[in-house]
Amino acid sequence: MKAKLVLGSLAVAGLLLLGACGKQAAAGNSSSSSSSTAKSAKVMAVGSTALQPLVEQAAKDFQKENSNITVNVQGGGSGTGLSQVAQGSVAIGNSDIFAEAKDGVPADKLTDHKVAVVGMAPVTNPEVGVKSVTMAQLKDIFTGKIKNWKEVGGHDEAITVINRAEGSGTRATFEAAVLDGAKAVKSQEQDSNGTVQQIVRSTPGAISYLAFSYFKSDIQPLAIDGVEPTEANVTTNKWKIWSYEHMYTQKKIDDATKKFLAYMETDQVQNGAVKKLGYISIHDMKVSKDAQNKVSEK
Amino acid sequence: MKPNPLFTRSKEIRQDNWGRWLCYISVSILLLLVVTIIYFISSKGIQTFTKNHVSVWSFLTTADWNTGSLNGKADLGALALMTTSFVTTMLAAALATPLAFVIGIYVVALQPKFGQKFVQPIIELLLGIPSVVYGFIGLTVLVPIIRRHFGGTGFGILAGALILALMILPTITSLAIESMRSVDPSYQKFAYTLGCTRWQVIYHVILRISAKKLVVAVIYGVARAFGEALAVQMVIGNTVQFATNLVSPTATLTSKLTTDIGNTIDGTLPNNALWTLALILLLISLAFNLIVKGFTKGDRSA
Amino acid sequence: MNRYLIDRICRWLIYAVVAAVVALILIFVGFLITKGWSTVSWQFLTTTSDDGIGIRDQLFNSLYLLILTLILSCPIALGSAIALTIYGEKSRFAAVAKMAIQALSSLPSIIIGLFGFLLLVLKFKIGFSVLSGAIALTFFNLPILTQSMSLAIATVPSSRLNAGISLGVSQWHTITKVVLPEAIPGMISGVVLSAGRVFGEAAALIYTAGQSAPKLNYANWNIFDGNSFLNPLRPAETLAVHIWKLNTESIGPNAELISRGTIVVLIITIVAFNFLARQLANHWQHKIYR
Repeated sequence: MKAKLVLGSLAVAGLLLLGACGKQAAAGNSSSSSSSTAKSAKVMAVGSTALQPLVEQAAKDFQKENSNITVNVQGGGSGTGLSQVAQGSVAIGNSDIFAEAKDGVPADKLTDHKVAVVGMAPVTNPEVGVKSVTMAQLKDIFTGKIKNWKEVGGHDEAITVINRAEGSGTRATFEAAVLDGAKAVKSQEQDSNGTVQQIVRSTPGAISYLAFSYFKSDIQPLAIDGVEPTEANVTTNKWKIWSYEHMYTQKKIDDATKKFLAYMETDQVQNGAVKKLGYISIHDMKVSKDAQNKVSEK
Repeated sequence: MKPNPLFTRSKEIRQDNWGRWLCYISVSILLLLVVTIIYFISSKGIQTFTKNHVSVWSFLTTADWNTGSLNGKADLGALALMTTSFVTTMLAAALATPLAFVIGIYVVALQPKFGQKFVQPIIELLLGIPSVVYGFIGLTVLVPIIRRHFGGTGFGILAGALILALMILPTITSLAIESMRSVDPSYQKFAYTLGCTRWQVIYHVILRISAKKLVVAVIYGVARAFGEALAVQMVIGNTVQFATNLVSPTATLTSKLTTDIGNTIDGTLPNNALWTLALILLLISLAFNLIVKGFTKGDRSA
Repeated sequence: MNRYLIDRICRWLIYAVVAAVVALILIFVGFLITKGWSTVSWQFLTTTSDDGIGIRDQLFNSLYLLILTLILSCPIALGSAIALTIYGEKSRFAAVAKMAIQALSSLPSIIIGLFGFLLLVLKFKIGFSVLSGAIALTFFNLPILTQSMSLAIATVPSSRLNAGISLGVSQWHTITKVVLPEAIPGMISGVVLSAGRVFGEAAALIYTAGQSAPKLNYANWNIFDGNSFLNPLRPAETLAVHIWKLNTESIGPNAELISRGTIVVLIITIVAFNFLARQLANHWQHKIYR
């Protein structure tokens, strides 16, 4: 009896596998030629976890209107998104960082679609007693020259710097705006906004930086040189620490992908999901930034 | 004409052959898998040395980690990561193993009924709790306690090892219970007949006979601890440096790997270097395995 | 000090340690449950995240993924365990195989996830799907499942095999009719062990089963339809991945609330599954012996 069971389940497993591969291969073929023949199409977007909630929400709304297109949004990190879109294994690569800023990505072979803007600000544990710093002080904190909060007018509490993961878009943006080429102090590195928020909240003397949408009552965002971290200040570049959220594609894209990317830029998304989830609309921006961080009037 | 039964194989023999083949096929699938994964990791990990020309020696003996994505020059040294991984894992295993064995003895030899119905399921509950939950509980409860009593920021090897000990406890316990249960009950009965006390039976019969298997149980626990990332990453401080004590921030191979890999580009140095870390992890685990096995082979009582 | 005293002291020490560990775990789990209990309601379990805070789809996905994973991994683990413990007990080949399998179990789950992503999702074009997730989890589970099944088989005294041979039945017959039924309770421990890891795993699934899911249609029984709940080729977010996502990159106002509630549901699901698995094992064993 057991033998049959074993044999049976092996057979089932094998069949399942075979069936799956076979069917998927067929599906793969049909989707590549879908623009001409089939009525249903698939769009796969992979990459940045910071951008994911927005694209996911937009994809849900998009599919309500276009039931023949399936948009599949997954995370995996900006690096994964850029690698895979460059190799052509996914249609869209989500990224927090310009493709030009990453070694090993053929940026000239990709098209950049900027879909939103994210503002970031330094945040501290509320008990350090500092609400505002100068840019020079901030640089000294993150390069390790200032080691105690009392040096910038706070309580006598050692500073614990929490940096973001090396190579992440958030860190690149922050270091470009604040450190100006200097080397950051060796410190704790975390990858996600949620974890950083939790650590800053529970560690005395902690400082890190977060996207605006992660500000909560128990962490203290810092103003820099008297400028408050607000969306209005980002749109005019008075607040300097901000970056685009990118959706990269190959140069040649199919109709479904084109349609979805166009949808991302409509007012319906830019004034709807973008604002609801705490991003800043690209339509509101009065300036633009290029891959070398040069800011120009629009 | 019916074939002569003496010259045909009996149903039993055919069945036997069938069964044997099925089992061998399963093992082959398993081994194929192991070989594929090892090949996959090695081929990616070795590129750091073959394609990016990082020296193997400096990779293994320096402790600075900087992939050069920010200022161009790369320093890659995994020594601090290796040390922390090793120390944290050993500490976690040292904490969890005695507890797991005691629970195993309780369930197998002292109160099997209550043990199996209540104690074992309660321990197994720990397995299904996602590592991110361990991480956040560690961050909000454990790290502040350590900070208050031992100083520092609270992040460090101690916090990491405590969380890991809790996470590997069910793995070691479960395998230890099965190991002890595999001791032939007749041996225990002989021992009781000779007038041994319960503890003597446990110590001289059950533990002695199952010793080799218990070692394997610990190896699986250690392996789990080596590979765990999400929870450790949140409480260990995730800073690539040597820990000066148990409460100074540091990082393990897996925590570094997990934090960074999503941000790297396939085939570039930062990505390859992380795969090299995975390869090192595999080799450390294999080496640990061999060493422990070597020790138990020498021990005659095992 | 006589041996009776030693015996008594050791036994009391063991009781004390077990009580302490159990108390610690109960406090830990109790803490998680009290924090999230207020979120859990019938509505929480039966609606989707589209309509608010519900986790119906994630709950179903967790169970579905678990079943698929067990279907894939149990036969292979069982076969390997028999081969390694009974057929190849003393062989050098078996020793090497065991060592390789043990080393495999130390790989971080994110590596298994990336391996699955590059191989299954992209190369074999299975896509982000329940099936990719199940195969990745199978990789991840096989070592420990094989080990605990081997142990369960070793629990059966080898005299049974010899008795079988002397009665003239095949070894296979003895294994399936005598050894395996006797080993069932031990094998269930292995299944429970790996089920726990399937329920709790996030990193390996983020890259394989995905972390967002299309809305499911529970009335659609056509296994090949994109929105059918049975389709193994659709992406699926499990409870653990949901918790991971809520804690790391979610901006919704209810994230913490949902995450706490989800943990409670996860714990209850695990308890229920472990209980059912053990009951089923006992039932099976009785049935086979009868």
